[in-house]
Amino acid sequence: MIKLEKKEIAVSLRGITKKFGKVVANNDVNLDVYKGEILSLLGENGSGKTTLMNMLSGIYFPDEGQIIVNGKEAVIKSPRDAFELGIGMVHQHFKLIDVFTATQNIILGLDGKLNIKGAKKEIQRICDKYGFDINLDKKIYDMSVSEKQTVEIVKVLYRGANILVLDEPTAVLTPQETEKLFKVMRNMKSDGKSIIIITHKLHEVEAISDRVAVLRQGEYIDDMITSETNAQEMTDMMVGHAVTLNIDRPEPKNSNKRIEVKNLTVLDEEGVTKLKDVSFEVNSGEVLGIAGISGCGQKELLKAIAGLEKVESGSITYIHKDGRTEELLGLKPRQISELGVKLSFVPEDRLGMGLVGNMNLADNMMLRSYRKGKSRFFTDKKTPRTLAENIVEKLQVVTPSIDTPVRKLSGGNVQKILVGREIASGPKVLMTAYAVRGLDINSSYTIYDLINKQKEKGTAVIFVGEDLDVLIELCDRILVLCDGEVSGIVEGRNADKNELGMMMTSNHNTSKGGVTV
Amino acid sequence: MSFHVSKRSDITTSKAWIIRIIAIVAALVVCGIVTTICTGDNPISIFTTIFQGAFGSQRKTFITLQYVAILLIISLALTPAFKMQFWNIGGEGQVLMGGLASAACMITLADKVPNAVVIILMIISSILAGAIWGLIPALFKALWNTNETLSTLMMNYIATQLVAYFVIVWEVPKGSGKIGIINQDSNVGWLINVAGNKYLLSIIVAVVITIGMFIYLKYTKHGYEISVVGESQNTARYVGINVEKVIIRTMILSGAICGIAGLLLVGGVNHTITTTISDGQGFTGVMVSWLAKFNPITMIFTSLLIIFMDRGASEISTAFELNQSFADILTGIILFFIIGCEFFIRYQISFVKANGKEEA
Repeated sequence: MIKLEKKEIAVSLRGITKKFGKVVANNDVNLDVYKGEILSLLGENGSGKTTLMNMLSGIYFPDEGQIIVNGKEAVIKSPRDAFELGIGMVHQHFKLIDVFTATQNIILGLDGKLNIKGAKKEIQRICDKYGFDINLDKKIYDMSVSEKQTVEIVKVLYRGANILVLDEPTAVLTPQETEKLFKVMRNMKSDGKSIIIITHKLHEVEAISDRVAVLRQGEYIDDMITSETNAQEMTDMMVGHAVTLNIDRPEPKNSNKRIEVKNLTVLDEEGVTKLKDVSFEVNSGEVLGIAGISGCGQKELLKAIAGLEKVESGSITYIHKDGRTEELLGLKPRQISELGVKLSFVPEDRLGMGLVGNMNLADNMMLRSYRKGKSRFFTDKKTPRTLAENIVEKLQVVTPSIDTPVRKLSGGNVQKILVGREIASGPKVLMTAYAVRGLDINSSYTIYDLINKQKEKGTAVIFVGEDLDVLIELCDRILVLCDGEVSGIVEGRNADKNELGMMMTSNHNTSKGGVTV
Repeated sequence: MSFHVSKRSDITTSKAWIIRIIAIVAALVVCGIVTTICTGDNPISIFTTIFQGAFGSQRKTFITLQYVAILLIISLALTPAFKMQFWNIGGEGQVLMGGLASAACMITLADKVPNAVVIILMIISSILAGAIWGLIPALFKALWNTNETLSTLMMNYIATQLVAYFVIVWEVPKGSGKIGIINQDSNVGWLINVAGNKYLLSIIVAVVITIGMFIYLKYTKHGYEISVVGESQNTARYVGINVEKVIIRTMILSGAICGIAGLLLVGGVNHTITTTISDGQGFTGVMVSWLAKFNPITMIFTSLLIIFMDRGASEISTAFELNQSFADILTGIILFFIIGCEFFIRYQISFVKANGKEEA
């Protein structure tokens, strides 16, 4: 372990072990965090990063080992204990109350007399000090994801945290917002605060952190000074063997128009416009990427094509190989499949929509095939079992058996099952929403590979993504959505990340260049 | 020293049953202590009495089994709805409506058509009446997403009042406020005694419905759709299941089976109708179904357990010359333990000593 002689240790984890039943989440982990540094915690899914941080912030209690804060051994039994020691964590999923304002959320749950005015002054002082840009009287439901995150961070700071843990903070941000967050993080660092950031994105590790610590399968591997390492070395250390970091992009072959969307407009239940006049086409044998800040209409767009969303106006036309056309608008998923339109959809909400968490692998396979059945009345249990076995074998799904409920599997394995099932039907159109969200590098590359294979088979692929680097590497064309409108479609092969970032935040596709990030 | 409660990730079936058996033993011990304090009798004799109450003679055994059968049928009726996460607590009303329809056929058609026709009409009408009582809240749920807990509960009150009304319309003799035994002389509409045993019919029907429900839920497309809708309506819509149709279809089935229970109660067991004919079993069935985790086969045991304890408790109060309230106290204690033990099956308690080490 690297010892930074001049720096003072803020927190020291010694021999931390945590087990969940038979699963060892952390095994004898030793980790030091220094004052005034930004430490990246790197590791694949299930490598125990979040568990380790949860023990630091009082959500879990270690089975073995010590936590030493500011030189004294600490017993952290609850988040409150953690706050008293100056440790605060910002979780991946925000824990805010929608109908409260920023200020109300920040002071929520604190002891003592309620003094909103005084609190607001103090919060404003913190914001000014570190450069947070936020309207304290704005209600959470009016806020963008990035604003909500800011509230979470300020909340932790207001409680006097000197050690901040940020769990995948950039997963939901645009490049511009990420840069803003990094700026604030640097300000906090120079104020002497220690920050631990969990992220999968290596270029961000390089951009922001002073030091990187790597976990693999619950064990502490090593730490490195960020400036002395590189992406390849970090990945190899994380995975345990050498990995290639390039995504293939075969040239599209025999491209024909497969789906044509024209002037699609979608309103939500409250009458708010979710998609406005969206037009584009998808060709067979190509990957069309869809970029945009989360909640810009991506979900509604895919759901509309799949027949799961009420559409105000427009048309969605499917073009068969022989040139026949079908209008999909207004049809239900079942009617679409009865037309012989083979449409597969990997939704964002894997366990809430794509799969049933409490059902086992085989029963989840049945979701798509149960209608065929053994007879009119009875289901066929054998075929889905075989399919499940095939997918487990081919995609190397880690599961105790195919009778295990899918909710017990890790995110990557859940996604492999879902994508595997959707591909098994031999789709002509494959739609994926955030197919690699939360997945580690190995699983992500398996998914990219599967998508490319589908593309080569002549499937039209719609890939909604959040990581612009991946979109630029994988997609033939990228459609950028901003507030439910198409702000442009660019060629993937000569797309520029900053330009995409700009298009995601403004509706004018003329504003090229000018801003560097 | 402090303790904290955490969710068990897994528990073996045998371990779960050991916990349940401990709970039953604990329930019996507490019942024994309470009875001993109140009566001064030997606890062993109390336990013998409980057993005697349920299985003391062939007749008692058959009565117990018949009670089990009726409770089982009602529990099975509620099960598909629960599996769909449609909280049908209207079993009581659906049973009553089935019973009312049977009684109506028996009273109004007695002298007009042959006995066989009366019985066939009773079967059809009671199934229909139960089904309609299940359909109404299902329609509300499917069309306007109304909360089914409230609507099914309210349908119970309507059913009770309807029965109360018709009891007065058909009361015999006038002014008594009761119907009394229907067709006592002609026995028209009395369901047949299988092999000369008047308890056997309900038991056979219960066995058939148990097997049928087991297959329906486990092996049919309908059963699969019910599970998917129950787990996640989003997933159901995503794979093209018509959620509204499944809700309506399942509640019709649920109500129809409750109707059969009503038919058996009126036509086979009591030969009369009162507002309390289902005796709260529409609610007890909720518990039976839950305790069995919606598995029809396990439900045989959970319903047996509840009836056994219940019959035992009332036997104690008779044998030791205590009133019915005492039996209710004992039943309460027993249910408390049986339901309470589910907590220990789902969660484990670990004790944390001051030094921070954790012990299971």
